Amino acid sequence: MTERFIDSRSVQTEQFKISWLTTVLEDQRVLGYVLLIPAFLLIVVFIGYPFLLGVWMALTDKVVGTPGNFVGLANFTKLLDSDIFRVAAWNTVFFTVVATAIKAALGMWLAVLLNRKFMFSRATRAAVLLPFIVPTVLSTLVWLWMLDGTFSVFNWILRWFWDLEISAFGLVIKEDFGYIRGPNWLGDPYYAMGSIIMANVWRGLPFFAISFLAALQTVPSELYDAADIDGATGWKKFWHVTLPMIKPVAVVVVVFSFVITFADFQLVYILTRGGPNNSTHLLATLAYQQSMHTGNLGEGAACALFMLPLLLIVIILQLAYLRRQGVQ
Amino acid sequence: MAEILLKDLYKTYGETPAVRGIDLTIAENEFVVLVGPSGCGKTTTLRMIAGLEHITAGDIFIGDRLINDVPPRDRNIAMVFQNYALYPHMTVYENMSFGLRLRKVQKGEIDIRVKEAAEILNIEELLERRPKQLSGGQRQRVAMGRAIVRNPQAFLFDEPLSNLDAKLRVQMRTEIKRIHQRVKTTVVYVTHDQVEAMSLADRIVVMNNGIIEQVGPPQEMYDNPKTRFVAGFIGSPAMNFVPCKLTTNGDGLSIKLTDGVDLKVPGEREKRYRPHVDRDLILGIRPEHLTECRQHTNEQQQDFGCDVSVLEPMGIDTMVFMEIANVEVCARAAPDAVKNPGETMTFTIDMQKMHLIDPSTDTVL
Ligand SMILES: Nc1ncnc2c1ncn2[C@@H]1O[C@H](COP(=O)(O)OP(=O)(O)OP(=O)(O)O)[C@@H](O)[C@H]1O
Ligand SMILES: [Mg+2]
Repeated sequence: MTERFIDSRSVQTEQFKISWLTTVLEDQRVLGYVLLIPAFLLIVVFIGYPFLLGVWMALTDKVVGTPGNFVGLANFTKLLDSDIFRVAAWNTVFFTVVATAIKAALGMWLAVLLNRKFMFSRATRAAVLLPFIVPTVLSTLVWLWMLDGTFSVFNWILRWFWDLEISAFGLVIKEDFGYIRGPNWLGDPYYAMGSIIMANVWRGLPFFAISFLAALQTVPSELYDAADIDGATGWKKFWHVTLPMIKPVAVVVVVFSFVITFADFQLVYILTRGGPNNSTHLLATLAYQQSMHTGNLGEGAACALFMLPLLLIVIILQLAYLRRQGVQ
Repeated sequence: MAEILLKDLYKTYGETPAVRGIDLTIAENEFVVLVGPSGCGKTTTLRMIAGLEHITAGDIFIGDRLINDVPPRDRNIAMVFQNYALYPHMTVYENMSFGLRLRKVQKGEIDIRVKEAAEILNIEELLERRPKQLSGGQRQRVAMGRAIVRNPQAFLFDEPLSNLDAKLRVQMRTEIKRIHQRVKTTVVYVTHDQVEAMSLADRIVVMNNGIIEQVGPPQEMYDNPKTRFVAGFIGSPAMNFVPCKLTTNGDGLSIKLTDGVDLKVPGEREKRYRPHVDRDLILGIRPEHLTECRQHTNEQQQDFGCDVSVLEPMGIDTMVFMEIANVEVCARAAPDAVKNPGETMTFTIDMQKMHLIDPSTDTVL
């Protein structure tokens, strides 16, 4: 009898506990926050903390191994006064704008081509993704070889064409100039910038092509029928139907790529380390050099932080655009 | 405004034939409706006229011009699509004027034409909106407006009303008819709804399985269907088909339904049916010609009794279902004259409206 009594009472408290928890969790306002906790913790630990630490370091003269003293905005003013920083800032903007523009244009072109039906079109679509899948470090090492001053395969090909031309036309230029060396891809400032842009485009193109392709496939074919009847030719259809229809996706893709390209580090670091003569230094590589090579963590952090306002502007513009789209 | 001529038109997709030899002449300013069940090739035919689909074989003329290989933009036709196909990023005004802008029509002229079309369609206040901000019926009007401003030689409609609710559909149907009376042009209109076809068409083209079954004015299609398919397709509720035997009955002929009901064939049809005596045929009779027992107004009306199985009241009439010769037969009776299911009721059949179908060819005799 007593046993039974105890039993039922313990069951009751158990039930009470469960029902208390359920009541609280059934409240959507509470449950919502509870479900947010894991993601929130991840963001705080892996993004929030490093970011705030970076901001703090930028305000100190911390060198590796020292605690560092608060120096206010001294690091920033020092950077702004230094030539190498100004070069790197300009390089970053140039690199990002040119690379993104080329990727967007080529990506659109590739997407339009891939959107057609042809033999092995599916296989081709899959193959286009390859540069995106290969780890950047590996593929960049291959680029490094291909652009090598002595062993460059591009120069080898150029030379081959050159020889071919000489034998085909019986020209005697060879005697005058010896053989053509081809450009020193990574050793000449302009070619070096061109080379890192080329490698970046190669790597980023699949993302553009596949995103644009996905967007193209959402355009209803009826719209093209209607445009056909309205009298639009191929180019006009692209301009008046395709482009406006995929604009929302295109904006997101371009902005996303812009941000990623802006902060590109691996590729440049492996190919040129910022050289020759700082001609390919970007803010990211400069920040790395300042903090890791020079050990000047404070200045490095300040340099990295300079990316923030520029990217912020881009992102705010994007948000404003998306919001306007939403209203429409 | 021009005649459209289809000559022995074929279309196959890979191995599957969609259209198998169509001959049709559509007169200037005529409203022709292509009607038929799903997959019979209506859309394919229309898209070939529009130039959106390559022709496998045959010829299409608009006016005197052979247009087989003319691109859609040079055919001077306008099309209204089932899903309207309005450009979502353009305003109503821009949607309607797009074709004119591409053709480099002057701004002032464009403005006049758009405003005029908007007035006809009653969408003047919507010109600055985008398609997303419109109701289905309004989008429908804009799609028609886009066609009207072009002032084309022909309008092509592909099931333009099928995305609207029943009430709006009836309303827009009238509207389309009104607009056609005002904007005189050749119209080719595709629908699978025979009521829509009957109410809109100058001439109906019934298609089935990639071929034309019959062409004619709506009333003629209803009165004199040439094939079993047309007989069953036009008219709602559909015509009843009952197996029967044609027998001689003294001087005349009579139709023997298998369970012993004998119906006299009208005298003027005897000559037509005489060669088919003693054959197993199919009697076609519309529900509206099979009613409760009534005062006969002509001598071809005959009575017979049958057990009622199901009733379906429609308000104005009640559909009475019964079983004759193992097939379900529907009659249309006055609500106060019907008997309850299970009871026997006397029906009057108007034999003047009968059709006799040869089951081996499915043609109406
Ligand atoms: N692009 C295509 N590829 C292959 N077959 C097709 C294609 N378009 C249509 N068909 C086939 O051609 C036949 C006719 O199609 P169509 O669209 O003309 O029919 P419909 O009469 O318009 O039917 P619905 O009333 O359903 O619209 C169908 O059997 C269809 O499966
Ligand atoms: Mg169709």
